[in-house]
Amino acid sequence: MKKIEREVLIIGGGSAGMAAAAEIAEKGHSVVIVERESTMGGILNQCIHNGFGLHRFKEELTGPEYAERYVNIINELPIDQYTGMTVTEIDDQKDFKLVYAFSSHEGMVEFKVKAVVLAMGCRERNRGNIGTPGSRPSGVFTAGLAQRLVNIDGLIPGKKCVIVGSGDIGLIMARRLSWVGADVQAVVEIQPYPAGLTRNIVQCLNDFNIPLHLSHIVSKIYGKDRVEGVDITPLIDGIEAPVQTFHIDCDTLLLSVGLVPDNEVSKKAGVIISNQTSGPAVDGNLMTNVEGIFACGNVLHVHDLVDFVTEESIRCGSYVNSYLEGKTKGSQYSVMAGANVRYITPNKFTSDSDNKFYLRSMIVKNQAELVVSLDGREIIRKKQKHVQPSEMISCEIKADLLKSTGLNEKSRLEIGLKS
Amino acid sequence: MPETYDVTVIGAGVTGAAIARKLSSYKLKTVVVEKECDVSFGVSKANSGIIHGGFHHDFSALKSRLEIRGNILFDQLKEELHFPFKRCGIVVAAFSSDEMRTVEKLYENGIQNGAVGIELCNHDRMLYLEPKLNKDVVGGLFAPGGGIVEPYRLVFSLMESAKKNGVELLTKFKVKSGTLKNDLYTIEAEDGRNIQSRWVINAAGLYCDEISCIFGAEEYTINVRKGEEFLLDKNATAYTSRVVFPVPSKDSKGMLVIPTVEGTTMVGPTATIIDNKEDYSTTKENFKKIFSSARRLVPVVSERDITTSFTGMRPTLEGDDFYIEMSKKKDRFIQVAGIQSPGLTASPAIAEYVKDIMKRNGLELIEKPDYDPNIDKVPRFRNSSKEEIDKLIEENPAYGEIICRCENITEAEIIASIREGHDSLDGIKFYTRARMGRCQGGFCTYKIMKIVCRETGCSMNDITKRGGESWIVNKKIGDFTTGSKS
Ligand SMILES: Cc1cc2nc3c(=O)[nH]c(=O)nc-3n(C[C@H](O)[C@H](O)[C@H](O)COP(=O)(O)OP(=O)(O)OC[C@H]3O[C@@H](n4cnc5c(N)ncnc54)[C@H](O)[C@@H]3O)c2cc1C
Ligand SMILES: Cc1cc2nc3c(=O)[nH]c(=O)nc-3n(C[C@H](O)[C@H](O)[C@H](O)COP(=O)(O)OP(=O)(O)OC[C@H]3O[C@@H](n4cnc5c(N)ncnc54)[C@H](O)[C@@H]3O)c2cc1C
Repeated sequence: MKKIEREVLIIGGGSAGMAAAAEIAEKGHSVVIVERESTMGGILNQCIHNGFGLHRFKEELTGPEYAERYVNIINELPIDQYTGMTVTEIDDQKDFKLVYAFSSHEGMVEFKVKAVVLAMGCRERNRGNIGTPGSRPSGVFTAGLAQRLVNIDGLIPGKKCVIVGSGDIGLIMARRLSWVGADVQAVVEIQPYPAGLTRNIVQCLNDFNIPLHLSHIVSKIYGKDRVEGVDITPLIDGIEAPVQTFHIDCDTLLLSVGLVPDNEVSKKAGVIISNQTSGPAVDGNLMTNVEGIFACGNVLHVHDLVDFVTEESIRCGSYVNSYLEGKTKGSQYSVMAGANVRYITPNKFTSDSDNKFYLRSMIVKNQAELVVSLDGREIIRKKQKHVQPSEMISCEIKADLLKSTGLNEKSRLEIGLKS
Repeated sequence: MPETYDVTVIGAGVTGAAIARKLSSYKLKTVVVEKECDVSFGVSKANSGIIHGGFHHDFSALKSRLEIRGNILFDQLKEELHFPFKRCGIVVAAFSSDEMRTVEKLYENGIQNGAVGIELCNHDRMLYLEPKLNKDVVGGLFAPGGGIVEPYRLVFSLMESAKKNGVELLTKFKVKSGTLKNDLYTIEAEDGRNIQSRWVINAAGLYCDEISCIFGAEEYTINVRKGEEFLLDKNATAYTSRVVFPVPSKDSKGMLVIPTVEGTTMVGPTATIIDNKEDYSTTKENFKKIFSSARRLVPVVSERDITTSFTGMRPTLEGDDFYIEMSKKKDRFIQVAGIQSPGLTASPAIAEYVKDIMKRNGLELIEKPDYDPNIDKVPRFRNSSKEEIDKLIEENPAYGEIICRCENITEAEIIASIREGHDSLDGIKFYTRARMGRCQGGFCTYKIMKIVCRETGCSMNDITKRGGESWIVNKKIGDFTTGSKS
């Protein structure tokens, strides 16, 4: 078995892994990225629509273009890149970690490193996860798989489609399939509000006259060999109203019912997973409960914009640098989701540096207010033009607001949304 | 001239495959015909995968005797055929003194049948044997000889072994007619293919009644008892160390919690009598029923862990026993019908039993000197140590390419599947487990499709989930707009 020693190993070469690696290499630390696919870029490679990079590069790029920018950046830096290689295990030896990865070229490799960055991205929820009754024919695809088939292989999954879930990938696929001549009959969403970005509702559904059925579910799937149709049932006050069920004939069903951070490897290493985000619980340095293991990007919590992934991952890289240099910020205090907040990450903050949080709303509201309080005392109140569950909110708290506030072990920061 | 065989087995489920393998040790020309595109696509793919412990029925039932005998044969079969099998033991949990009385009856069945090591247990012993059981358990039964098996892998291995010893397999061969002339049956498929055979074995599962009718043999009706089951993620805390049964009711063994050999947890099955043999749908009501009854046994069972669900059909006959006999109306036509549970368990014993019937009725059985009961073992990445993986990759770099990331299935294993003839997406899934994990193929489907195209020379449009009309993609960009295909 081959053995390699470096300071940092990054699992996953998507936008998160590349940004973290660049930050670490720029400070002169030795870093290796291990990526399972044959190219860097992760999920960006199949997102050939534009809408990437407005924040980071101040221009509208497609997914592959955004990835390419970062590939160029990491290629300029002394970063070891292993593609076609999968990490299977992290063995925590306290002072160092042994990371096992394999590829067809290298066989099994043992990496000895001081720090590991988890950047494995996420996977799609599937039919089993939402428990749709009915038969089990061919023709039920997750939206991401359909996206991959159309955009990379030039194959169309079917002619008449219904899409379950109004997540962004589903919306984008509604438009994509319409463009290639398939007939998108409807998008069905269980919630009373869309799960995707507003701009995608407008550009992908409204512009193509595709009906969006909010507060509806696909209640049954028909078809022996191939999908032949679905029943759609409205929810009235959250309860199925079977008498109002209607049927749509279709040969394809796409599921866009959410993404889940991919934490198999993390769990095996003893990393604690938050049940709010399904990603690791991390402190203000984006470090998990296992010292020296950090996390950023979709593996930490599902982001809707790549720019935020990049921002978070650059920060993660700088925390790793501090860790390697023995300058990790000291005391960590609790952070809690307040009113109307589904989750907040990270789950800890430090008093001696600026803190940045990402959170998701549980409500849909115009003119909401973000309220930050420390031990019951309000320290920030900020207007939010519009909040909804599908749009991530970021919140920055400067160090000076937290300094000299008499923090103790029990101190607690709460971030909530007032309607 | 159509090919002429000594024996034709209709149906490549566990029953047909076990019989074919048994016959392959003799000097006979045997063929198995199957209507689906691969073997084990009938009842044998969708069941609970339990190797039963020999206590559910008393000795008067044929199925009970064959269950005991079949169970015993599994250790040797596994040695030879390498399918996943584990004797994890079965517990039956009772929650009242009434239920305990039924358990005592089961115990007596077990003793009478000769079930090895069977015992009655009190509350403490039950929880010791299975710590995840509901603490309200009063007592129960333990059958250490019970186990779990991966059913389709069992069938695949049986068939591979049969083929290795000279049996032929014709898939997509849906038997449409069978006529007897001059001691020879002519068997015709729906697509016009023809074969001739001296003996016919009817092992058509749900369709045994139709086959019997087609050949002019006995008239009977297969009644279908449908069972829905749910599979939970391999990280689910519900994974028990033994198969957990409730106390059975009159017409069903009840809904269970099953720790599958591959590490996932299965809950179910229901038992509903239905008319339509093709109704593979699942319903919400049964979903609720299964989970509440599973939680009564093992409280940590959670809907949150569901990765998929499926439906199986039990082919049952009036009287609820197996019907394995020489036809009284047609010469050299053997009925192997009503093979409901414990069909999987009994299959190796059914094969012996059928062979004996044939021998008694004049078939000359001469052992083949070159019969080889063993098949090659395909190394599994997921079961290998780091050192073994390093070596596997060195010998075959395709072991370094992970295709299905949830179940850790490599390109080497996918290729082995295709070369063994399992080239539909479901065939590959059953052979390798690719697409069976938590993402259910979200990531790897297109990769598998590419490998199939490369290995078989077919195009993406030719690939199906399980044959027939189950196409995956049938259009290329541009096709709809030019209107070339509809
Ligand atoms: C379908 C989709 C559409 C989107 N559309 C937009 C949009 O329009 N605009 C926008 O701004 N943002 C969009 N986003 C959001 C944004 O692009 C993504 O959130 C971001 O690219 C995720 O980056 P990541 O690095 O965290 O994850 P990924 O890109 O998923 O990268 C993770 C990488 O880790 C690798 N990996 C995982 N496990 C292992 C292992 N064990 N060993 C080795 N490698 C491993 C994977 O192969 C993958 O390459 C979209 C996201 C998705 C999923
Ligand atoms: C829900 C459920 C749970 C079960 N659990 C267990 C268990 O835990 N343990 C156990 O021991 N048993 C169990 N069983 C029973 C077991 O699955 C069956 O007894 C066994 O699989 C039957 O196998 P078979 O080969 O007889 O039938 P099948 O597997 O159905 O094989 C018959 C084959 O014949 C083919 N065929 C039909 N018509 C034609 C035609 N005209 N031409 C050509 N081919 C044709 C079919 O396509 C099929 O492949 C369970 C069954 C169910 C439904």
